Amino acid sequence: MKGIKTTIAAVAALLAAGSAHADPVKVGMITTLSGGGAGLGIDARDGFMLAVKQANNPDLQVVIEDDQRKPDVAVQLADKMIQQEKVDVLTGIIWSNLAMAVVPSAVAQDKIYLSVNAAPSQLAGKGCNKNYFSVSYQNDNLHEAAGGYASSAGYQKAFILAPNYPAGKDSLAGFKRFFMGDIAEEVYTKLGQTDYAAEIAQIRASGADSVFFFLPGGMGIAFMKQYAQSGVDIPLIGPAFSMDQGILGAVGDAALGVKNTSNWSKDIDNPTNAAFVETFQAEYGRLPSLYASYGFDTANLLLSAMGKASISDKEAFRDALRSADFNSVRGNFIFGPNQHPIQDIYVREVVKEGDVLTNKIVGVALKDHSDAYASECSM
Amino acid sequence: MFSLFLEQLLNSLQSGLMLFLMASGLTLVFGVMGLINLAHGSLYMVGAFACAAVAAWTGSFWLGLVASVMAAALAGVLVEMLIIRRLYNRDHLDQVLATFALILVFSEGTRWLFGSFPLFLSVPDILTGTVVLPGALEYPIFRLAIIIAGLLVAVGLFLLIGKTRLGVRIRAGEADRGMIAALGVNIDRLYTVVFALGAALAGLAGAFVGTTQSVQVGMGEPVLILAFVVIVIGGIGSIKGALVGSLLVGFTDTMGRFLLPHAFATFLDPSSATAIGSALASMLIYIVMALVLFLRPSGLFGTEA
Repeated sequence: MKGIKTTIAAVAALLAAGSAHADPVKVGMITTLSGGGAGLGIDARDGFMLAVKQANNPDLQVVIEDDQRKPDVAVQLADKMIQQEKVDVLTGIIWSNLAMAVVPSAVAQDKIYLSVNAAPSQLAGKGCNKNYFSVSYQNDNLHEAAGGYASSAGYQKAFILAPNYPAGKDSLAGFKRFFMGDIAEEVYTKLGQTDYAAEIAQIRASGADSVFFFLPGGMGIAFMKQYAQSGVDIPLIGPAFSMDQGILGAVGDAALGVKNTSNWSKDIDNPTNAAFVETFQAEYGRLPSLYASYGFDTANLLLSAMGKASISDKEAFRDALRSADFNSVRGNFIFGPNQHPIQDIYVREVVKEGDVLTNKIVGVALKDHSDAYASECSM
Repeated sequence: MFSLFLEQLLNSLQSGLMLFLMASGLTLVFGVMGLINLAHGSLYMVGAFACAAVAAWTGSFWLGLVASVMAAALAGVLVEMLIIRRLYNRDHLDQVLATFALILVFSEGTRWLFGSFPLFLSVPDILTGTVVLPGALEYPIFRLAIIIAGLLVAVGLFLLIGKTRLGVRIRAGEADRGMIAALGVNIDRLYTVVFALGAALAGLAGAFVGTTQSVQVGMGEPVLILAFVVIVIGGIGSIKGALVGSLLVGFTDTMGRFLLPHAFATFLDPSSATAIGSALASMLIYIVMALVLFLRPSGLFGTEA
């Protein structure tokens, strides 16, 4: 008797699913889940999967693989996902060098790629593609905003610092694009460097009135701890990456008061964001990070497109994505002509809420900001 | 300018001494047992995580420091008795493969225990702040403390090797392994002790460095590479070589990062001077290594193979 009931229930469920939408969408998520940078990938995945779980849409299937932060592994995984798993949409890559290895060939095979983080300039300008959408930002955005903020805060002479690799150079270029004052000194450090004593000594001697630094991951933790220990008190400004929720705990009180620029913050005032922060915390027992918010928005963007169009009609599906008709944790969400967001970028300050270090919005650095490459994109 | 220069000299000394803590263990293990241990960086990570975990749990950095040495030494003993012991008579390729596997085991094991996010470890209150040195130079007390601790460990290690019975055995082991076994020295135990000593030094370095950097999975590998550069420069197996090599690498790296961009700026425009200077600075220690190898193929204090 019980057997018959379950069978009927299953048939009913199948029929119900069949009547709603014809084509299931299969998503391949390639992200960093092991090794040094795993915290970022795990956050992006958890944010994405939270939205998937909340939507509970039986037509959406997700396959997740770990790229170990290695471009060759990412390429292999992408090939496997496209040829073997037959995914329709790819997403998940955190690092720009991995994105450059995977995205151009994936979009050329007519797969849609939604970026949860990495958005190198090469894919925003001449190399833009109708199948490529960046949900997060364009790489330069937060650095440009930091330059804009430093100018409006009245700083005249900035010491600027980034690792010696393409994203580091883009960062300093982005800062200078919007900073009106003088540059006291421009320093490139080794990628992965963990001791900044030599650079901090130069900062002390430079006579600058502000320090802009872009040192993602462990480099930023090391720099901020050593900066606080050094007794130098020139104010620090940076993009959100070094002041993000995942690493603030490791930096400790050394981060208090540091200004950073971000397109998301947990105190952006809209109901979607409030619900996201609350449900993320309930589900995973920690505060969401920037990367978690990008993952969450990416999944909701995809789900919104699935509600409007079928994946078998690629043109219509892309149009549905382009209209970005979903509730973003950042409030209003609009794509520019190169399919990168046009958005407000905020200035945040690191504060302590009880025992937990987190960020609070203190102003808007750039309003409705696009990027420097959109005009070069012809789609 | 003078105080900036002096500050950079102190920074060089500090980074050199921390490298020495890593390199001395690596070179001892190679000198005595003829083993290439890629997992040395993992022992450094074990030290840092043990210090961070115990400091967070008890609220005392000093207990954390003790824990870092003990945890790394214990990990060293276990690894030596369970795995490394089987590798002494194998060729170097087998040793490299097996100890590389150990890196993966340690990394994923640490992630499994502590999660993927970096841990917090900070300087104890008594060592925070700065002190004013001659030349109106403000220098962090903690870095000064690391310099002093590094010097003490270096002196202690030289006394241990030069003046004690264990030291005699270690030197004898380096000279002729077969002979000291024939003379009735328990060679298995000697190997375990040497490995644990090297591991403890790496763990101590991990705890010191962890307070100024980030305690995270994979933190050991970049240091491991530098430590290998040091022992190649100093001569593999030589503690004196490790000390000289560490200081040389510390000075070359710090001063290169500081001076090269300025040197190029005297005849190039600022942005290309920065770009070329910092690119060259990051290669400088390898250039020094190549030069040393060219002039003295077995390193500064190495014995001819």
